Order: sequence, then C-alpha cells, then structure tokens
Amino acid sequence: MTLRPPYLTARRLAATTAVLAALLLLSIAGAMLVGPVRASVWRALTDAESTDHVILFRTRLPRVLLGAVVGGSLGASGAALQALLANPLACPHLLGISGGAAVGGVVALIAGAEAISFVVPLAAFAGALFAIGVVYLCARAGGRSTPYALLLVGVVFNVLASAAIMLINVIASYSQAHGVLFWLMGSLSGQSWQLIAAAAAYALAGLAWLAAHAQDLNLLATGEEGAAQLGVDVERARRAIFVAASLLVGAAVSVSGMISFVGLIVPHLIRLVLGADHRLLLPASFLGGAAFLVWADALARTALAPAELPVGVVTALLGGPFFLFLLRRELARAAS
Amino acid sequence: MSALLEAERLRFAYGPRPVLDDVSFAIGPGELVGVIGPNGAGKTTLVRLLAGVLAPASGSIRLAERPLSEYRRRDVARRLAVVPQDAHVDFPFTALEVVLMGRAAHLPPLGFPRARDLAVARAAMQRLEVAHLEDRALDRVSGGERQRVLLARALAQEPDLLLLDEPTTHLDLRHQAGIHEVLGELSRSRGTAVLSVLHDLNLAAMYCDRLILLAAGRVLRVGTPSQVLTAEALGAAYRTQVYVGPNDATGSLVVLPLVRRRG
Repeated sequence: MTLRPPYLTARRLAATTAVLAALLLLSIAGAMLVGPVRASVWRALTDAESTDHVILFRTRLPRVLLGAVVGGSLGASGAALQALLANPLACPHLLGISGGAAVGGVVALIAGAEAISFVVPLAAFAGALFAIGVVYLCARAGGRSTPYALLLVGVVFNVLASAAIMLINVIASYSQAHGVLFWLMGSLSGQSWQLIAAAAAYALAGLAWLAAHAQDLNLLATGEEGAAQLGVDVERARRAIFVAASLLVGAAVSVSGMISFVGLIVPHLIRLVLGADHRLLLPASFLGGAAFLVWADALARTALAPAELPVGVVTALLGGPFFLFLLRRELARAAS
Repeated sequence: MSALLEAERLRFAYGPRPVLDDVSFAIGPGELVGVIGPNGAGKTTLVRLLAGVLAPASGSIRLAERPLSEYRRRDVARRLAVVPQDAHVDFPFTALEVVLMGRAAHLPPLGFPRARDLAVARAAMQRLEVAHLEDRALDRVSGGERQRVLLARALAQEPDLLLLDEPTTHLDLRHQAGIHEVLGELSRSRGTAVLSVLHDLNLAAMYCDRLILLAAGRVLRVGTPSQVLTAEALGAAYRTQVYVGPNDATGSLVVLPLVRRRG
C-alpha cells in the first residue's frame, strides 16, 4: 500500500491514535444502542429509575466496555506475539495461550476465587505465561519458529488444555461445571464492575509494557538473530514481552473465556492500512481490537434475537475462514 | 596498527563434531578480508561467532581490544554490522523503515528518527541503488532488491566493521560489482573494515586485500590473494583440480574448476 508515508513520525502516531480512539468511543456509544430491546436514550439519561436506564447503563454499558477491554487485549497481544515469533500467523488462541489462561482461570473459579475480582485474572495470567513458555520452547528451531511447528504445538497444547478443563469439570460440582462451560464458550454478559475494572487494569499494564518494547518488537519481527545484531538484548526483551502478553491474554480470558481469532485478524488489517511499525501497531491493534469485539458482540446479541450467541462463536465464524486464507497465502509464499 | 577484531583459537561444535577448530586471525581498520572455502567449511558459523550470536566453545574474540562477550548488544551494533545470507521479513515494513532499523542502536529505546538518522539511511539507500524502493513493503520486492536493502541497513549502522555472508548470492553482475565498489569506497573513506564470506573466488581475487581459506573448520591459509589462491591450496581445500591464471583485465587472478570432457 502506498497510502502511507515510508516511515512513522511522532506526529502521525499521535494523530492516528487519536482518530482510532475517537472511533472506539463512537463504537461504544453506537453499540450500546444495539440490542434485542429498543431503549430510549433520552429517558435513560433523564430518569435513572427507568427501564431504559437499566438496559443501557446497567446491562449494555458494562458489557460493551468489557468487550472493548477484551478485544483490545487480544488485538495487542496478537500483534506482539506475531512480532516476537516473526510469524504473522501467531495469535494467542491458536498458540494455546488462551487455553493455558483458561486452565488457570478455571482452577481459580472452581477454587471459589470469583468473590475476589483480581484473583481470576491473576490465575489466568499465570496460566497464559506457562503456556507461552511451553509453546515457545517446543516450536522453536534455529532461532525461528516455522508456521508449521507453531500451529502444531499450539493445537497440541489446546487439546491438553481442554482435557485439563474437562477433567476439572468432572471433579467439580454440577453448578460450578455449568458456569465454567458458559464462561468457556466466550461470553461478555453479566460481569461486575469490579471485575471489569480489574481486567482493564491488567490489560492497560500489559499494553504499556508492550509499548515500551515497541522498537524491540520491530526488530524482532525481522528475525531474532537480526534483532540481536541490530542491538536488541533478545533474552531480556523476550521475557518482558512474554509477561506483558500474558497479562493481556490473562485479562481477556479471565473475564470472557475463549474468544478466538481477534488477535489474528485485527493486527493484520491494521498492518495493511497503517504499516508494520509497532509503535503505532500496538495501540492501533488495541483500539481496533476493542472496536472489533464491541461490534462482534452487538452482532452476537442481535443476530438470533431473542436468543443470544456467545461472541466467541461470531469471532470464530469470521476468523476461521480468514485464517485459512492467510495460511494458504503463507504456504504459497513458502513454496515459491 | 592495532587490530579492530581479533579471533584467537576459536573452536565451535554443533554436537560432537567440531565445526570450527583452532581458528585465529585479526582484521585491521579499512581491511577488506574475504573468507573462502568449500561448502560446510564453517564460513557461516564463523560469521555468527564474530557477530556474537553464537558463543565459541573455547577461544576468544576481541572487538576494539575488548572481549566481545563483555559488550552490551547495543554497543556491538554501533561498531559491527552483519548482512545475513538471506532474511525473509514476513511483515510489510517499508524499505526505509527497514534501513532505519540500522539506526536503532544510535537512538533512545523509543526514539523516532532524527534528521541525521534519515539522512544516513537515505544516503545508504542511494549508494546501493534502492532509494526508489523507499515506500515499498519489503515483502514485495525481489530477492536482489531485498539483499541490497539489508546491506543499506548495515551501512546505516555506521559500523567500524561489516560482516557479510555471501552478499552477492541474489545479485546480477552489475550489482555484484556495485556492492564491492561501495565496500571498497567505505574502507577508503571511513576506514570501515569488511569481512565477507565469498563464494565467487574471482570476486575474492579482485576485491580483497587478504583471504582466509577455511576447510573442514580449520584455517588452511591466510594471506594476500596471490598467496592463498594457488592451484595447490585450492585443490586441497575444494578437493578438485583448479586452474589459477592471470586476469589480464585487472591484474588479479582467475580461478576456474577444471572439468574434464570425455573424447
């Protein structure tokens, strides 16, 4: 694309981020109005006791904001993992990292941590970090991870993670198991403000940490060995990025369960339009991922109204074909 | 003259069989040194050791009289640049963005390029005739263009020493000559030393001040092209018969493998 200038300036970074933030705010406002029931904005704003107020501000707003936090976390962590592994097919879900986070989250839920908001994200974070470590070590050969190895290791790890979750489910009581199942399908409904705030705090910490390594990610995206030769302390950068990405994935999975492909689609589209520099790509993938999931969830609650789809189903149906398309392209390029 | 880079008794193994054994040499400022030898002689491993990407099993490497292992990566990147054999970049960085990555070690961690960084990057691109690719994505250019962009990135590092691993693999004749002219000029004007793994012995004969002939992980010979490029030394290293004769156009040597034709 030649729509963009050949390199990123501080001014373009600021301007683009501001525009994307404005678009996200509009999306949040717009998506609040979408739902199976029509609600009057005027009555909701003027009468705090009205049904309209309850629908818009107590039911939809938390859900939309949660969607933004989750989508943003998945988008930014996807961008970072793709750079770290120098592989555009990486994404937290396909790499089994969401699976690891889910195991951590499920263990915390079953142990009764639900009452304490920040423990579930913390457990999910630990699970994500463990998964990143395992997948990375298994998929790497000669300083690079081939798409083939990564996908294979990710698939195997996901199978392991689901088996672990099923095992826990069998051991757990019926009501706990039902809750876990609903959570795993990927849903944004019915979360408390405290949990949303906790997830947002984890997510923003992760994003800030990643952003501090944006230039390292640029260099790592051209290959680990090249990055080292250009001055990156690869070991240190990798550890920091693992932890930061785990914070983001843990935040997302702990409040919404398994929502796939956001971390794959969003960074790709952003790169096509805005370029590959991570100083812009990371915040843009966060804001873009947030807007994407907000709208995907709006679709999830209206497509089959009054029934509701888990938003994970919507993203998987959109993302699956997109992933196959990317994989085809990647394989064709590798063959040429 | 103090050495810019000194390798002493380097030894390295991937497993039980040594890839490099007892390799010693030194490079001074402005020297153009070629590393030649048959496939599997350990040439690429040598470059990776000198770049600090691999650590030797034993022996030492000193850069500007300090052990390479004591440097921070950033400080190495300001003195030493590496051009890999080939690097796929699967992300749509523009060629200018990639060349500007060469300035990363000169900038604060999140710093945007200053006027001088842009000037250095663009001058390097001009030198290697890739200025017109400035806004093209690197995953959309040809192999030869990518190789020249990566060389421009190394020049943008403004190193004292350039390590090249077969820099001309993907290049046509004109660009093969062009790159060696650029390297020669850098060595004269800035005192940049160049260590280059070369497949083409005729290019090695024409452009290098000194050659290091590796075979089976050991240094077979070090010296000027006329000392190293002898039918006897090359025959032993490459295990085939070789013709070495005068190159009438340049006064250097011509090396050809001798192929016997039946009948």
